[in-house]
Amino acid sequence: MRQGTFTVTENVPLTGTVYRLRLAGDTSAVTAPGQFANIALPGFYLRRPISVCDAEPGLLTLIYKTVGRGTEAMAAMTPGEPLDILTGLGNGFDTALAGERPLLLGGGIGSAPLVLLAKRLRAAGKAVSVVLGFNTKDEIFYEDEFRALGCAVTVATADGSCGVPGFVTDALPENYSFYYACGPEPMLRAVYDKAAGDGQLSFEARMGCGFGACMGCTRQTTAGPKRVCKDGPVFRKGEILWDA
Amino acid sequence: MGRLSVSLCGMELDNPVIPASGTFGYGYEFAEYYDINCLGTFSFKGTTREPRFGNPQPRIAESARGMLNAVGLQNPGVEAVIGEELPRLKKVFHKPVMANVSGFSAEEYAYTCEKLDAQPQVGWLEVNISCPNVHGGGMSFGTDPAAAASVVRAVKAVTKKPVIMKLTPNVTDIVSVAKACEDAGADGLSLINTVQAMRIDLKTRRPLLANGTGGLSGPAVFPLAVRMVYQVYEAVSVPVVGLGGVSSAEDVIEMMLAGATAVEVGAANLRDPCACRDIIAALPAAMDKYGIKNLRDIIGGAHG
Repeated sequence: MRQGTFTVTENVPLTGTVYRLRLAGDTSAVTAPGQFANIALPGFYLRRPISVCDAEPGLLTLIYKTVGRGTEAMAAMTPGEPLDILTGLGNGFDTALAGERPLLLGGGIGSAPLVLLAKRLRAAGKAVSVVLGFNTKDEIFYEDEFRALGCAVTVATADGSCGVPGFVTDALPENYSFYYACGPEPMLRAVYDKAAGDGQLSFEARMGCGFGACMGCTRQTTAGPKRVCKDGPVFRKGEILWDA
Repeated sequence: MGRLSVSLCGMELDNPVIPASGTFGYGYEFAEYYDINCLGTFSFKGTTREPRFGNPQPRIAESARGMLNAVGLQNPGVEAVIGEELPRLKKVFHKPVMANVSGFSAEEYAYTCEKLDAQPQVGWLEVNISCPNVHGGGMSFGTDPAAAASVVRAVKAVTKKPVIMKLTPNVTDIVSVAKACEDAGADGLSLINTVQAMRIDLKTRRPLLANGTGGLSGPAVFPLAVRMVYQVYEAVSVPVVGLGGVSSAEDVIEMMLAGATAVEVGAANLRDPCACRDIIAALPAAMDKYGIKNLRDIIGGAHG
């Protein structure tokens, strides 16, 4: 992990509430898909943890959703603004577990970190299936970008306005070697219950520091208390315990 | 002795900057960002006799110039701290560390302190009688002078190293608790712990923290901490460790003028992992600006 200054090069809406933020800076600390960045925002005390959508040398891409005052302030940022960002946080997805036909399951904004994962898996020659779940047609983003990477993409919408009616668990393909899931906790729980075979699931949490110091985001697991920010955010299916 | 050095309970610190308990884990997360041997020392995560998972989620909320936490003393218990955390720490930190201890009875405090007192890596014991997060826990000791004194006596009876009592600001008269601790044999006092606080979620119309209340820290509490350090310094003769919202070299100087011998930095570490390193680096220039030759000369300098 690394602390560095990045410069905003692009901050554009993809939907009514989802934005893509591109930043120029040193991305060398990003070592795995599914890691996150923690952004210090002027006027806010705590950083905002945002999953990494894509990282190339010198260019960091984040996709975020406006959910409160901090992310609303982010939406107003313009190119040229400098930002203090911690990168390379969290464990990320383990691509070595993929097998030959990995399945990627994204719920809403949880689809963002699957982009770099899909890129890495395609580069390794895997046949990648992607199921993206959204509430409604207007919230869909990056369907075409996953297709452009050579993934077989299925979209599900909860209101049935596009693709398969229902949730990602209503659109699971028959054959896959391993799954990777990221999305809101109710979706992760449905995936855990309904998707066959082994997988890795990436969790959200309300964090203090984002790098393992404050114990603010701890979850109970089969291997004891784990910090979502440092020991996660990605957990293997067999480690996960759900609140009663 | 350098310009920045101070003596805390008879032990020399290269500088007065000490990351506060609960904001620095057991140190090694920060060793990934910088060489933590630049610190005066640090106070490790509050340790109890038994392992504790802590409070349910969410445990963290934000506020203007600060944050609330209701972590609830999550820690692996004193046996694991001695068996696993301290050996790991030894590889990245070569100075005596401050062992922060919490408990739920005088006997439990004594048990945990005795174990940690015996560890060569431990230089000081910091006894938290003020954590506002645990129902029926530390709060009752820190808000009652007699109960606070009973913890001091129990701990002092079984330990040899300096015992610093960490006080809560959530009282009407912090001076009476401070004096009770001094009279019972405390070697030093640290203050303030977090201020009991609450945020409410406008959407759910319920407290944001699962625990309901949490402890407020960060720059929002700094003037409150300065006031309490000033008052306690006037009333006691043991050294005072000042903390609460310290975020800059200037804040360190202000806290020392109020009466602090050393200064802990808490929430700032969570926003900026390099906060303490940067504060230490900025101290000489800030001292020059205010005509301070040696930091140890300004302790309590604001008192007439």
